Amino acid sequence: MKHKEPMNTTLTPYRGPTLPKTTTGIQGLDELTGGGLPKGRPTLLCGNAGCGKTLLAMEFLVHGAMDSGEPGVFMAFEENTEELVQNFASLGRDLKALVAQKKLALEFVHIERSELEETGEYDLEGLFIRLGHAIDSIGAKRVVIDTVEALFSGLSNTAVLRAELRRLFRWLKEKGVTAIITGERGESNLTRYGLEEYVADCVILLDHRVEGQMATRRLRIVKYRGSTHGTSEYPFLIDEAGISILAITSMRLKHEASTERVSTGIPRLDAMLGGKGYYRGSSVLGSGAAGTGKTSLAAYFAQGAVAHGERCLWFAFEESSGQIIRNMRSIAIDLEPAVRSGMLLFHAERPTMFGLEMHLLTIHKLVNQFKPRAVIIDPITNFTTLGSEVDIQSMLTRLIDFYKTQKITALFTSLTGGGDEMGFKDVSVASLMDTWLLLRDVKNGAERNRVLHILKSRGMAHSNQVREFLLTDHGAELLDVYVGPSGALLTGSARNALEAQEKAQGLMRQQEVEGKNRDMERKRRALEAQIAMLRSEFEVAQKEATRTSGQDQTRAGVLAGDRITMSRMRQADAEASGKTPKHPKHK
Amino acid sequence: MAIPPDSSQAAPAKPADVWMLRLYVAGQTPRSLVALANLKRLCEEHLKGRYTIEVIDLVKTPQLAKNDQILAIPTLVREIPQPMRRIIGDLSNTERVLIGLDLVPAPKTST
Repeated sequence: MKHKEPMNTTLTPYRGPTLPKTTTGIQGLDELTGGGLPKGRPTLLCGNAGCGKTLLAMEFLVHGAMDSGEPGVFMAFEENTEELVQNFASLGRDLKALVAQKKLALEFVHIERSELEETGEYDLEGLFIRLGHAIDSIGAKRVVIDTVEALFSGLSNTAVLRAELRRLFRWLKEKGVTAIITGERGESNLTRYGLEEYVADCVILLDHRVEGQMATRRLRIVKYRGSTHGTSEYPFLIDEAGISILAITSMRLKHEASTERVSTGIPRLDAMLGGKGYYRGSSVLGSGAAGTGKTSLAAYFAQGAVAHGERCLWFAFEESSGQIIRNMRSIAIDLEPAVRSGMLLFHAERPTMFGLEMHLLTIHKLVNQFKPRAVIIDPITNFTTLGSEVDIQSMLTRLIDFYKTQKITALFTSLTGGGDEMGFKDVSVASLMDTWLLLRDVKNGAERNRVLHILKSRGMAHSNQVREFLLTDHGAELLDVYVGPSGALLTGSARNALEAQEKAQGLMRQQEVEGKNRDMERKRRALEAQIAMLRSEFEVAQKEATRTSGQDQTRAGVLAGDRITMSRMRQADAEASGKTPKHPKHK
Repeated sequence: MAIPPDSSQAAPAKPADVWMLRLYVAGQTPRSLVALANLKRLCEEHLKGRYTIEVIDLVKTPQLAKNDQILAIPTLVREIPQPMRRIIGDLSNTERVLIGLDLVPAPKTST
């Protein structure tokens, strides 16, 4: 858990005849061991008190009896059969029924030093006989001895005990049973009495640590002779369904990449993401400060998924489902029908209730049960209280890989500090995300507005534009933002003001144009009137002119006649016509 | 603690009563033979005439090991008088056997 999980061969399924293995049936452990425990050999299971040794060992027997047809013997030194039956009834295991079906034998060994007087040489043949008898009576293939070290507190002759333990392990091998021997964790050794020196084949260590008031159980395979195995510590969970260890099958980054797209639930956002939305199976981070609309983004995604007939699982770590449903109604999303039809499942809890691993396992289990195509984690930042950054990143890595292998599109929201554009935590998880939507506050004058932009989106053309993210009572809208003269984003009322201003200017321009047009028209009309006037004037003048010229002619004619008569009178030789008088006529 | 099969009939435990002893062995090993010999000798010394010894070979009847919570071999079980006592080993340490069987005061008071 402290380091990145090694990408070694832990995950390869059992291949070839290298080492026969017996499946434990315990979720995750078989993957971790590459098929189970070494068949026909003893395995040492050690750990401190309360770490789940007895439970793991019993689960091994129960799964064997129920699923693999391998009966098992449970030899208990610490709990009697009634106690065992009771304890496992609370985990839904009916041991009594298994005993009745001869699939399980419970052998309680009572040992109390004060009741035993040692009076000479002895051996533990009685134990062998009892175990042998129990094995033979049901044909057991599996054996658990829990906790054999109780012998050390009951008997004083450790030399005899050690010799007998050595003999026991050898004897178990000869019997060909797959055995789990549990041992208490010692101060410096794996077990208090050094049992590990007798068991050479497989040693598994369980641990129950409290870090920051959070208890976490972890499992580590210390050695596994003849088999490759995971070497890290793996968290495991004990709950009402038994024990489960986190499956780490996806550590190799070999998940297929889908080219299928899923809608973001907001058409304009789809448009920004190459017109189609997210890739199926991709992980999406929606990060932003408080109140930037992260949950709303998630709600749209959920609504979109449900609308396409896909199941959606919503992990809410801040609000109850009722609260989310109520709040989302205010932006015209009604999630309740989807919840009622079983398409949307809310899982709301305070993250501080459990440790990081518990959450991871809960998520795993729910996903396996509900089989959603879309998952929302709202918000991941609430995990920060549960572990160091390394722990959280490792958890998220595994979570994301898990979703990817399941082809589940996952939307994570992340709360960043106010003002801060992207938080520290964001940067550390961002490399894991395929699409990163950044939600921001933009302050203008006396108001605060939301904007959204796509910081990255792997493998698709996406818009580089900042959009105003408007949450209204008829839904979310993504509007173009204005860039002011100083280069600042203008949103909200500033945008409105600018829009109004532009409108006014437009109107004014239009009015100007219209006025000019009118002016021209007027001028044209005036000109035309002038032209008409001039023309009529001209016509008048023309008429005048023709009239006067007529008069002149007649007058000239008269004059010529006069002259002829006069010249006739004077007897001068002059032509009667063709000659105009040289001098202006007199009246 | 496991209950012996016949605890109901074990109410009065007077010294005069007959002692019922059971010796669990696993086959005819030298150690079990030593244990049986030691037991017989002790009984003759301290309980002459008022004891019975039952030898149970767990190799033949392994199912009997469970009832008396047998672990070590050999084990001597004092069934009667109550309370039940269990002594492990080949009984070669006489002093410890007498303490285990609560027989230390017996020789002093009886003679």
